[in-house]
Amino acid sequence: MMRSATALALRSPLSFLALLAVIFGLLPLLVSSYQTSVANEILIFALLAMSIDVLAGYAGRTSLGHGAIFGISTYVVIYWTTLMGGSPWVGCILGIAAATLTAAVFALLAVRVSGVYFLLLTLALGMIVWGVCLRWTSVTGGENGIRGAGRPDVIADPIAFYYMTLATVLFFTLVIWRFVHSPFGLTLRGIRDSESRMRSLGYGTATHMFLAFTITGLFAGVAGALYALFNDFVSPSTVQLAQSVEGLLMAIIGGVGTLFGSFIGAAAIILLENFVSQYTARWPMVLGLMFICTMIFAPQGVLGALRKLMGWKQ
Amino acid sequence: MASLNLVQILNGLTFAALLFIVASGFTLIFGLLRIVNLAHGALYLFGGYVGYTVSGMSGSFALGILASMLAVACLGLFIDQGLLRFVRGFVLREVLLTLGVAFVLNDLALVIWGGDTFSVEVPAILRGAVHIGGTFYPKYRLFVLVLGIFTFIGLWLLLNRTRLGALIRAGVDDAEMVEAMGINIRRVFLATSMLGASLAGLGGTVGGAFLTLYPTADSEILVFSLAIVIIGGSGSLVGAAVGALLVGLLNTIGQVMFPELAYFVIFGPMAAILAFRPLGLFGRAT
Repeated sequence: MMRSATALALRSPLSFLALLAVIFGLLPLLVSSYQTSVANEILIFALLAMSIDVLAGYAGRTSLGHGAIFGISTYVVIYWTTLMGGSPWVGCILGIAAATLTAAVFALLAVRVSGVYFLLLTLALGMIVWGVCLRWTSVTGGENGIRGAGRPDVIADPIAFYYMTLATVLFFTLVIWRFVHSPFGLTLRGIRDSESRMRSLGYGTATHMFLAFTITGLFAGVAGALYALFNDFVSPSTVQLAQSVEGLLMAIIGGVGTLFGSFIGAAAIILLENFVSQYTARWPMVLGLMFICTMIFAPQGVLGALRKLMGWKQ
Repeated sequence: MASLNLVQILNGLTFAALLFIVASGFTLIFGLLRIVNLAHGALYLFGGYVGYTVSGMSGSFALGILASMLAVACLGLFIDQGLLRFVRGFVLREVLLTLGVAFVLNDLALVIWGGDTFSVEVPAILRGAVHIGGTFYPKYRLFVLVLGIFTFIGLWLLLNRTRLGALIRAGVDDAEMVEAMGINIRRVFLATSMLGASLAGLGGTVGGAFLTLYPTADSEILVFSLAIVIIGGSGSLVGAAVGALLVGLLNTIGQVMFPELAYFVIFGPMAAILAFRPLGLFGRAT
């Protein structure tokens, strides 16, 4: 029996979305502009974490390739606006399309495997993207990356951009919520629990996994496009493994399969990253140690561990 | 389009030999312990740095190799006994834990050795070039090729002709049954994981002499190792050899024909293998 407040929020997305809208909506009034930009980053990465969470929590497939899909969108948006001189809005659409297309190619291969092999394959595919971005200097600028052309006038103001991000992320949170609670999402959960049973019931499990992967790629692409507008710079570090790892860690810390936990996970990681970076450049080490500790002590996520510690029912 | 010549083919073969040395350790651990050690690339880099430092200080290349193998075997032991024991049996948690280890090791290497590019000093006897097939080719790279072949033969003999090998093979098939026969399978597992790790260390020092060592070298080696295991199938020595040859040669061809997109070339065979043999060329369903 789920009777905690979080469980209630899970079942009524609108109340949860309203809560998010109020918290994040009031933030710019209360905190400094620097802190607002941190909140902006949190929102973007929460969307990335949710895209990973849909696969990890609802389809039982842990992806380490979504950071690369995210980054491809960022690359395309920046390349389009800076080197082609195109409109940023068209750039965003192209970026999301490119991310979705890449995800579809990944998905064609990934549906053939599950478990650890799925993780290895998405890892390898993501790293191929990284390798290409690093070496294809004539297009990606290699290690130096590409600087963006700035945001369009309407959202040039950080506060205006923040609200646009908030609106976009909330909209997609609702879309993702609908997605995982649709009959399609239920089928995904069936596949997670027993793929062979779903197959013998007549469900096209491969088609479902393909679509699920591709659609989550679209979500990651939206986050990547927002990140392009936010960061105005892209380099191979945007597509590197650490990006996927951070996204996954956010989803895990928030609790896999909770969606809204992604916001908590993203906030925790990004606040910590900002905090740690003030004192030391050893963020990768902290990230690695956090990963190790999470795996050993709290695989259900920090929220799950807390719940266990406090004796709450799941 | 540049055509391939003997030098390029030799480059591909020597690169494949190095990849085999590294990937054989990876596939051994994967096959027996069912652990995908994503820290393998970091172990390679760490071993390379240790080899660089020791061979630089002692002036002996052999000592550098020995030190790197030992150091990395100890790291492997620590990862297995100090960390992985807490998540034994949870495959996904194991993999992700080794990923965390990779980040820590990598950053640690950056702290100790900094971000510069290093190259392990090649011993005098292996410097210079030899004359083959109407062209000159670096002696050292031929040494790597020979070392790769010896590693293959050595591992093959170990797995097929010794008691430890028999235990490893039995462990791959049914670890519980081996244990029921009164054999301490944990010790076999431990030996395997140290052996696998030391191969990464060996690869690091040997590879560090011609590929150089730099902070992202671990990721590059890890991608190649993953591709080799996906192509060859987990736990298969022959699979690792075939995978390494395929990846090494294709990578060289890729670098000659489309230098900027060389990485993309290994994507092709990986996709093709997955489409037709999801478990890899020599993989077996478990």
